[in-house]
Amino acid sequence: MEISQKRWSNLSKILERNGAFCHGDFTPSKDNLEFLQTTAKILVIGAGGLGCDILKDLGLMGFCDIHVIDMDTIELSNLNRQFLFRRNDIGSSKAEVAAAFINNRIPGCKVTPHFCKIQDFDQSFYRQFHIIVCGLDSIVARRWMNGMILSLLNYDDGQLDPSTLIPMIDGGTEGFKGNARVILPGMTACIDCTLDLFPPQVTYPLCTIANTPRLPEHCIEFVKIIQWPKELPFGEVTLDGDDPQHVMWVYEKAQERARQYNIAEVSYRLVQGVIKNIIPAVASTNAVIAAACVTEVFKIATQCYNPMNNYMVFSDLEGIYSYTYEAEKKDDCLACSSIPKEVAVEDPNTMTLEDLIKYLCENHEFQMKNPGITGCVEGKQKTLYMSTVKSIEEKTRSNLTLSLGELGLKDGQELFVSDCTSPNTVTLKLKYKGNEIEME
Amino acid sequence: MSSPSPKSPELSDHSKKYDRQIRLWGEHGQKSLERANICLINATAVGCEVIKNLILPGIGSFTIIDGNIVTEEDLGTNFYVEKEAIGASKSECCMRLLQELNPDVNGDYLDESIDSLLETRSEFFQSFDVVIASNIKEATLKNLSNLLWDYNIPLVYCRSLGFVGSIRLQFREHCVVEPHPDNKPLDLRIENPFTTLKEHLAVSEVNGKSPWVHVIHKHLVEWKKDHEGNPPKTYKEKNQFKEMIRIAMKSDEENHEEAIKAVNTVFESAGKISSNLSAIFNDEACQKLNTKDKNLQFWVIAKSMQDFIKTENNDLLPLQGVVPDMTADTDSYIKLQSIYRQKAMQDAENVYQRCLNTLLNIGMKNEIISENTVRLYCREASGLRFIRGTKIQSEYSDWDKSTTLAEGLECQQPLMELYAVLRAYDHFYTEFGYIPGESYVEPDTPKLKGLVTKLLQDWNIRHPVSDDMVYEICHYGGAEIHSISAFIGASAAQEVIKLLTQQYVPIDNTFLYSGITTETATYKF
Repeated sequence: MEISQKRWSNLSKILERNGAFCHGDFTPSKDNLEFLQTTAKILVIGAGGLGCDILKDLGLMGFCDIHVIDMDTIELSNLNRQFLFRRNDIGSSKAEVAAAFINNRIPGCKVTPHFCKIQDFDQSFYRQFHIIVCGLDSIVARRWMNGMILSLLNYDDGQLDPSTLIPMIDGGTEGFKGNARVILPGMTACIDCTLDLFPPQVTYPLCTIANTPRLPEHCIEFVKIIQWPKELPFGEVTLDGDDPQHVMWVYEKAQERARQYNIAEVSYRLVQGVIKNIIPAVASTNAVIAAACVTEVFKIATQCYNPMNNYMVFSDLEGIYSYTYEAEKKDDCLACSSIPKEVAVEDPNTMTLEDLIKYLCENHEFQMKNPGITGCVEGKQKTLYMSTVKSIEEKTRSNLTLSLGELGLKDGQELFVSDCTSPNTVTLKLKYKGNEIEME
Repeated sequence: MSSPSPKSPELSDHSKKYDRQIRLWGEHGQKSLERANICLINATAVGCEVIKNLILPGIGSFTIIDGNIVTEEDLGTNFYVEKEAIGASKSECCMRLLQELNPDVNGDYLDESIDSLLETRSEFFQSFDVVIASNIKEATLKNLSNLLWDYNIPLVYCRSLGFVGSIRLQFREHCVVEPHPDNKPLDLRIENPFTTLKEHLAVSEVNGKSPWVHVIHKHLVEWKKDHEGNPPKTYKEKNQFKEMIRIAMKSDEENHEEAIKAVNTVFESAGKISSNLSAIFNDEACQKLNTKDKNLQFWVIAKSMQDFIKTENNDLLPLQGVVPDMTADTDSYIKLQSIYRQKAMQDAENVYQRCLNTLLNIGMKNEIISENTVRLYCREASGLRFIRGTKIQSEYSDWDKSTTLAEGLECQQPLMELYAVLRAYDHFYTEFGYIPGESYVEPDTPKLKGLVTKLLQDWNIRHPVSDDMVYEICHYGGAEIHSISAFIGASAAQEVIKLLTQQYVPIDNTFLYSGITTETATYKF
């Protein structure tokens, strides 16, 4: 049976009629629906907890050309919320199974899956989309996408060329809390502008873990960080939280350690949670946040209402609470500002390159993972350190223990940093306190 | 899939599947869900989204009631219909495509309209734990509200209209046992230590490795000498007390730093009866136990807890027994932890014995309350909450909440306006027999506006509602927009989970959402 456009009569009421609160640029017309169906091209990042709902919501909001990227495969513990997957799908690509399900259920909707990493694509791929929606659980991936859409912006005489701007809608959840936000790159706060909103990961001091454990978590961390690399019970392999044998080994060793210190019961669930850093998740919160994101996609694509400005937090622990506010764009944002971010250095003669790298990883404004640093020293471009390429790492390792002064880095020096948190090189400027570089 | 043998600590298949949510509401919360039997009236998109978000976490069973057939329009809003089913029973199709999401869940359907069911077999609803409904006529909603109120079954009424939505929760009463607050208050009783703690603190030497509880205790003893036995209360006193600790601190002793940080909150609420709890103790249901009460377990434990608090525990709650992690050497921390735990166990045991007595007095069997449940209630004592709801039907006759509405309108709260217009919107159908804006917006807008004005008059409200809101609602013409339905449906599903598990705090009682401005609000009507 052929399905007629009558199917969309609900959407038509919004798209072909004037409302009281419409966006100033909105013109009610049949063309609006046609634009969604034939022109609009949407990219969804992630086909997991948020992604499944985002795909369904987009499909039923009239979008027909949707791409989805996800590198993961389906696991049993996904099934309590990732509703496009069944038991038989375990082990298959999330992107592929999700796309097939939507294409089968919603006539005329075409979801194109990409079973790979976001880093596998370059600018030419991302440039083809009108709007990008992120349903990710990783901050690094979010920042990378953020950096990618920022890199697509073109300026003519300092004026942003609007045709190069791809809005990014980003959702995130943890338990009963979530957030949804609209990012207009170059115009509104980006992911890096608000890095401090991400809660720091729980870590335990090494001395507590090693010497004065008090909680079951301390015992598990000890086995994970100290005992595993020392004993390597399954040979030269890293600890895998999805391998039941590995988890069981940690479980037994952690229990042993807990008994030794009279620490209360270590449970198997806790062991898994600590090893994999599991974030609890329920269907409802994911569905709420996905819906909020897709409502914004629809608003931007059709211009029917003003998009959210620009950040909504949601929690339904006590009643149902939400709050929408304008997150502020930072003038010296690492990612979206052209002003190089300054790094204050107390004393360049005592701060080593390793200290600088540690600072870039631990400071909440940078939160980098494996920064590689290059800079212009005595007129020559020089790689100071890079951990990601083995041969370069070996050659530059000796620089780590040298002080910034010894490396010949001056006050006001610009350094170029590459990190997995961005596809772009970030420029930093060293700012020495005082100017007491010792001359030799 | 193979499951590990019962003795293995490895998680069962079932436990793995629901792992990410069991970490939130526990195995006991999961069991409450799996026992539940819910009903959906009308297989709208919003209704099906509620059910979807209950089926995934593993609700016991669900039944869909709908007398309509699947139409082309359904295909544009509802994910749980397929084109092959156009013209066939909607309740059957939605049930099948929803049930398929989770084989652990039982699905059933009834190809009948709610009106005929209410007329001929209203007792049908008695078997459900929660009823969810959407898109029903004013008169039907009133009847349903009355019926379910009498049966003491919660009703969740959802609405998704254009870019706005709402949820109305109707329950007679609801007990919250585990509210899971973001910051659970500490319960350490340092200013008023129980015997074993007092003894332990008295003989423990305080050094750089002692838990901060010891540090605070040591200085508190000194402080009390000069302050008539009282702990620091005011901001100023707390600062003085912090200074006392700081002076005694040797360089960078982390436990002392932690003690200073703890001063602000540690004396606040330890063991005191919260206003929620005091309302529970004073409730008639607690004073006079009724063996027919649906929440008898809650009241028996509450009454027994009150006995314990008044007669034996100097007006202090049973001890929580939880010591947060603090810098300390293992031995002194574990020792302290076990002292708190033992006292908490004793308190719970005492309350449990009183429960058994109470049950005996009212002629009930022991089995209805387990010792584990009493332990849970004792641990959560500071957060226990009892909510009495209101009936939807009462919004239609002798409405005593119109002042809430009047105040909201005067403060120009847009979602209050929305509520007023939605009431008129429902009434429009009763008056004219069709949905405002269904075919034409312009002629229907003044008609809808007229009904709003009439309602405001009936409620003695002088403040008008803006023409914009009336026009906006009218121009939707009854359209259901999927992303709005998904937002409302998912939020409503979580409210159902709260009702079923007695965990987290449900809305009381009307939630409104605008997708236009991304605003939400909750009002009690």
